[in-house]
Amino acid sequence: MTEFLNNFPLTNLLWWVFASVAVGGGLGMVTRKNPVASLLFLVLTFFALAAIYVLLGAHFIAAIQIIVYAGAIMVLFLFVIMLLNLGHDYQSDMRGGLWIVAGFTAAGVVGFLVWNSFGSAGGIVERGGAQQIAAAVEQSNVVGAIAMPLFDNYLVHFELVGVLLLVAIVGAVLLAKRRI
Amino acid sequence: MNPLQMARDMDLSTMSLALSAILFTIGVAGVVIRRNAIILFLCVELMLNAVNLSFVAFSRSVGIDGQVFVFFVMTVAAAEAAVGLALVIAIFRHIESVDMKNFNLLRW
Repeated sequence: MTEFLNNFPLTNLLWWVFASVAVGGGLGMVTRKNPVASLLFLVLTFFALAAIYVLLGAHFIAAIQIIVYAGAIMVLFLFVIMLLNLGHDYQSDMRGGLWIVAGFTAAGVVGFLVWNSFGSAGGIVERGGAQQIAAAVEQSNVVGAIAMPLFDNYLVHFELVGVLLLVAIVGAVLLAKRRI
Repeated sequence: MNPLQMARDMDLSTMSLALSAILFTIGVAGVVIRRNAIILFLCVELMLNAVNLSFVAFSRSVGIDGQVFVFFVMTVAAAEAAVGLALVIAIFRHIESVDMKNFNLLRW
């Protein structure tokens, strides 16, 4: 057993720790009745995912995950929960009976399909992406490695996403405003 | 090989794909089981995050493009959260509830 632990690579050990935290946070989110507790469990999952991004070598994505997801989007959700005063005097909103069965069936089917697709392929095939990323990071730093393709190959997509955000802003104001 | 050793020696990308499948499944189960509209949005966010994780896992195999796509997914997630929460507020103003069982105006 000690021999087993001594040969355990630290990254893999940490991966298992953060993966369990992520799955535990996800399960906590689905099962808590209180929306605020649910949301905080999801934030826990996001932090664990950021740690896993670091282990996978995507440092900038990990930073963005914490700043944008755990920071901005989750605060927006929390803000709405408090605005609507849902933090207390909540009732259980679990669907009963057949819906639970339907939920587990849907989850099982999705899980089986995804798992099956990994099983037949025998995992991810190595195509030299890690070396390519390492070279890009060497040449233009962690942020530059992502910025270069973003403003080069994906420039049109980038602009379209900007338009999408503008439409979302206008739509959100239009929907939430009492009187226009 | 015994399963403990397999868990120890597997490739991180492949294991992350499996984790992404599990998280996505939890999100799907949450959308089906819960009735609170805000929790449904949280479950959708969890599913988007699971997809992000698989993008990052694949980026170790095919290059940096996977990480670029995570940005686009995050932007779409932010837009979806903003519009969705505005909808929830607009509905709450009319029927004083976020429970899906009361959203029956468009139901046959």
